[in-house]
Amino acid sequence: MTALRNVWALVEKEWRHYFGSPIAYVAICMWTLLFGAFYVLVINRFMMVSMRAGMSEMGGGPKLSLNDWVISGVLHNMAVVALFITPMLTMRLFAEEKRQGTIELLETSPITSMQIIMGKFLGALFLYALMIVAGLLNFALLWHYAATPPEWKPVATGVLALLLVGACFIALGLFVSTLTRNQIVAGTLTFGLLLGLWILGWMDDPSAGAVAQAVAKLGLLTHLESLMKGVIDLKDVVFYLSFITFGLFLAHQSVESQRWRA
Amino acid sequence: MIEVENLTKRYGRHTAVDGISFRVHKGEILGFLGPNGAGKTTTMRILTCYLPPTDGTARVAGFDVFAQPLEVKRRVGYTPETPPLYPDMDVGSFLDFCAKIKGVPGKDRKTRIAEVMEKTRIADVRATLIGRLSKGYRQRVGLAQALLHNPDVLILDEPTAGLDPKQIIETRELIKGLGGEHTIVLSTHILPEVSMTCGRVVIINKGRVVAEDTPENLTHRLQGAATVRLEVRGEALDFEKTLAGVSGVKSVRLARPGVYEVDAEAGRDVRAELARAAVGRGLDLLSLQASGMSLEEIFLHLTTTDVAAPAAAPPPETPSPAEEVRS
Repeated sequence: MTALRNVWALVEKEWRHYFGSPIAYVAICMWTLLFGAFYVLVINRFMMVSMRAGMSEMGGGPKLSLNDWVISGVLHNMAVVALFITPMLTMRLFAEEKRQGTIELLETSPITSMQIIMGKFLGALFLYALMIVAGLLNFALLWHYAATPPEWKPVATGVLALLLVGACFIALGLFVSTLTRNQIVAGTLTFGLLLGLWILGWMDDPSAGAVAQAVAKLGLLTHLESLMKGVIDLKDVVFYLSFITFGLFLAHQSVESQRWRA
Repeated sequence: MIEVENLTKRYGRHTAVDGISFRVHKGEILGFLGPNGAGKTTTMRILTCYLPPTDGTARVAGFDVFAQPLEVKRRVGYTPETPPLYPDMDVGSFLDFCAKIKGVPGKDRKTRIAEVMEKTRIADVRATLIGRLSKGYRQRVGLAQALLHNPDVLILDEPTAGLDPKQIIETRELIKGLGGEHTIVLSTHILPEVSMTCGRVVIINKGRVVAEDTPENLTHRLQGAATVRLEVRGEALDFEKTLAGVSGVKSVRLARPGVYEVDAEAGRDVRAELARAAVGRGLDLLSLQASGMSLEEIFLHLTTTDVAAPAAAPPPETPSPAEEVRS
């Protein structure tokens, strides 16, 4: 109970920082702009292709699905956008506390390091969730205007996938932020690591060797595929949840060990 | 209330705190005195569970800082040297956040914050962003934060650093007022502060306790080396020799033309004779000042002589005679 209250106090504080500074507004603004831009581009292409399909085989051809073409496509792109934006949300989490000396306030208050970490993690995650919700308004139009509205299930799992992959980015960014007192270093390092983990997924080639295949499984975005199609594959969800847990664990170890060395 | 036993903190090869022991009783205000880098902040950080000790134990309100940190943290209020504040928060919401993480129950929070703001005189800036506050206000917000959960023990690292003289006096009064109700440890290198606010002083140097006593006793111990400053106007040949001839005078120095510094023998008050000597030589006596060895001088004395002979540090619990301290 007290643990929950402490975590919540930290979440509130992080939100005060996000919305008391331009960070939250810039992040939400960039995110929704890009969301909208991808959405318009994909919709345009979808309409062109489906019109052409309609002309060539009068009424016969398979119906193009909004889910596969539009929603999954946009969500995929947004996962990459999240990779760029989340370091902005996480870089200050610990780096700034250390530079300002406020880490001393947190560490000498009757709360545990894990509560501090959870509060900061959830604070960033909730902001990210808010960004996703803002972006989803675009999809709401499809239900209103499309002749055959998209299925909701793949949309839900797709959003879950986007949330999970973002949570992984945040967990890693949080850990990196504990390593330094310089926000720019934390942000750049997080961004570099995330890019690296994304690129690992490119090795996912059936013709590649076993090692490459295994390494590719570490690619954060490779596990999005089935979720985006509406299939909740337990191994993907477990992969994301373990990645998040591992990131938070590393952050905890880092915070604790610095007390010993500092 | 606080028991420190043989506490040691090493950073790699560097020993910041080297086996110090002291006790603070309930309601006492203890001054923690030492030059920069003496280990004051490190000791305070250990007492507040920010740093784990390398060796030795420290107990605060009966709880071990290493084994039961949460219990200790619930009972300790701490202001580091630079108050830990979020510049982008206003004072009210900052204190609200602090009250929450310090476990002040929800129903008491508002009244508690109001009480603390009144005590530290920051109620007028409650809606101001901390980043816009002056240094004096920031220091007081830092103090307010430490008082929120009504802790048994207050640990203040240089609470008057960077304040103007008026604010320093106000802060001292505030701290004095808090003693009795709270047990206070404050560190400083401003010496008059100690004699004004603290009931007892622990002087540390290079991570060791070099003296522990009341400010009066420390001054008293070294009163033997009293100096009298004498300012005269007029011309008199060999006036220095006249002064040296006064009984009880050990030595005379000419500080600048017309100003003499006279060292008297221990326990002798030579002021009357010096005045008579000056007037007798036909000089105008402008001022005559006896300065016992100030805490400042004692401090310098202890922290510089003990560098050469660290073994000569007196055991903290037994007050040593003046001779021993001076050796």
